[in-house]
Amino acid sequence: MTGPELFLALGAVVTLLGAVRLLTTPDSMRRVVALNVTGAGTLLILVSLSATGPGEPDPVLQALALTGIVITISVTGLALVLVRRIEDGDDDD
Amino acid sequence: MTDLPVLLVLLPLVGAVVAALAPARRTVAITVAVAQLGLAVTAAVTVLRDGPVDTAPGGWDPPLGIALRLDGLAAGVGLLVGVVVLAVFVHAAITPSAAGSRSYWSLALVTVAGLQAVLVAADLFTVYVALELMTVGAVALVALGGQKALAPALRYLLVAVLGSFAFLVAVALVYAQTGVLTLDIAAADLPQGAALATTLALVTVGLGIKTALFPLHAWLPGAHAAAPTAVSPLLSALVVKGAFVVLLRVWAALGGDAGLATVVGVLATAAVVWGGVAALRQTHLKRLVAYSTVAQVGYFFLLVPLATAGLAAGASAAEVEVARLAWQGAILMLLSHGLAKAAMFLTAGTLSAAVGSGEVDGLRGIAAKAPTTVLTFAVAGVCLAGLPPSLAFVGKWQLMDAALTTGAWWVVVTLLVGGLLTAAATARVVMVTMRPADEEDEVASEPAASAGRTATSAPAASATATATGPAASEVVVSEPSTTEPAPGAGRAVGAWETWPAIVLTIVAVATGVGSAWLAELVTVGSVVAP
Repeated sequence: MTGPELFLALGAVVTLLGAVRLLTTPDSMRRVVALNVTGAGTLLILVSLSATGPGEPDPVLQALALTGIVITISVTGLALVLVRRIEDGDDDD
Repeated sequence: MTDLPVLLVLLPLVGAVVAALAPARRTVAITVAVAQLGLAVTAAVTVLRDGPVDTAPGGWDPPLGIALRLDGLAAGVGLLVGVVVLAVFVHAAITPSAAGSRSYWSLALVTVAGLQAVLVAADLFTVYVALELMTVGAVALVALGGQKALAPALRYLLVAVLGSFAFLVAVALVYAQTGVLTLDIAAADLPQGAALATTLALVTVGLGIKTALFPLHAWLPGAHAAAPTAVSPLLSALVVKGAFVVLLRVWAALGGDAGLATVVGVLATAAVVWGGVAALRQTHLKRLVAYSTVAQVGYFFLLVPLATAGLAAGASAAEVEVARLAWQGAILMLLSHGLAKAAMFLTAGTLSAAVGSGEVDGLRGIAAKAPTTVLTFAVAGVCLAGLPPSLAFVGKWQLMDAALTTGAWWVVVTLLVGGLLTAAATARVVMVTMRPADEEDEVASEPAASAGRTATSAPAASATATATGPAASEVVVSEPSTTEPAPGAGRAVGAWETWPAIVLTIVAVATGVGSAWLAELVTVGSVVAP
């Protein structure tokens, strides 16, 4: 197994682990972290796919991964605001 | 005219920024909605007359640049977006409590911009970004429903982004094998085999989550039911459709996979039955309407097993004909569902606010006070069930025709059972509204139960607050609108409040009478075009 293929398999494992945790844990904060783990796995797949072909790694897939990171950060921000508001509401009760 | 696809996306996006800054948000948003409908009509006429409009912003042609393509499917769903958004905005303008917050207008316009971008994007990565924009807007709209809506909004966000990741990996797989992101160019170069099947499976799972295909639907009823009255119709009628259009595009371009199509067919059938039965069993009015969306999504997915044979490279003329019939049928049902479900959610919200309770049982006697609203709800239900002469009937007929031609009898059974279940769920609600209102004090006698769970509308929350005193007053503070009167049995239905819903149902019925042009429109530029 070559380097990129190893990372591809690792990415798939990380993605699956994150997704399973996201869908099984009831705690909001853990779910946000699990989402980020899933995202990291996905981006690992993207970056390793860019290096599987012959020659230099493909920059386009790396650019896609960068955009994916930006989107994941924004989504995480939104999710954290929601988590905080949910927990603030719980304290009031 | 090559600027049309760009304009369709830019107009609501600019409108969102202006609506966020300008003092007269409502006026700005409604003006944009009128202009959007005008653009959508122009787009539909252009596509019908001249065929699909291709454009590449900035003069960078694909595969290097971003490709935008306005085809019949985008124009048809664009028309639906124009009509529904305008009707819902007018409803929200007439009934301020329906919007939930002042932020509603710009958030709704951002969501519309994302949806329009999803519809016209011909480039897989642009589709991914547009889907995220649409999702983030939709999640923020759900969160406008107040404290009780935050948990469903978070769940919606996490699950939808999980779906996006699956789609992103599929996009990367396509690019890794073909070196292009433009869907049509990539599809031509993509080799058959395991990689194609993996891509299709990832796309189906990812977008199946966003479209709420059974068994990936669990997020939908909570999110759509907790959202404010003027948000649920946008989510159920439009946002769900955006993801489905992408799924359909990818299947059509890649040629499909017979094994996977069978799985989708089984899930679609399960969705129709499970969604229909679950809708019947709901005690909460908006959850009932939301579960009916789960069932209707199953109808659209029935297209996949029926059309896959006709999408393959060496399909015979007869197979393509079946695929076209099924395509037209499913898309007409999709459009009809958008119109009727928007009307149903609007009337459901009005009725819940009128009785001050989100429960179906709370609707006793409302038919005597708001007969027009109840009638509109019933007609919308009839449209959803697919009775003639509504648009859904035409769509259902086409789907059945396609199913009978291929001998897929199970599709016919599914369509009939689904129609019966939808009619039964509507009839159950209408029946309750006609019962004498001898238990009017029910809401006041159970304040503790309804404070946490069922405070769908501001009046409900204020009604319970007056009953329970300081303990529940925080609920009211967090509710966006407390200016509503707080009577024991809700507020009166405004004279014009039901009109947007009435117009939507009239359109849903009337378009069924002369739907040949619509059926022609939705196939323009697709693989099943004649």
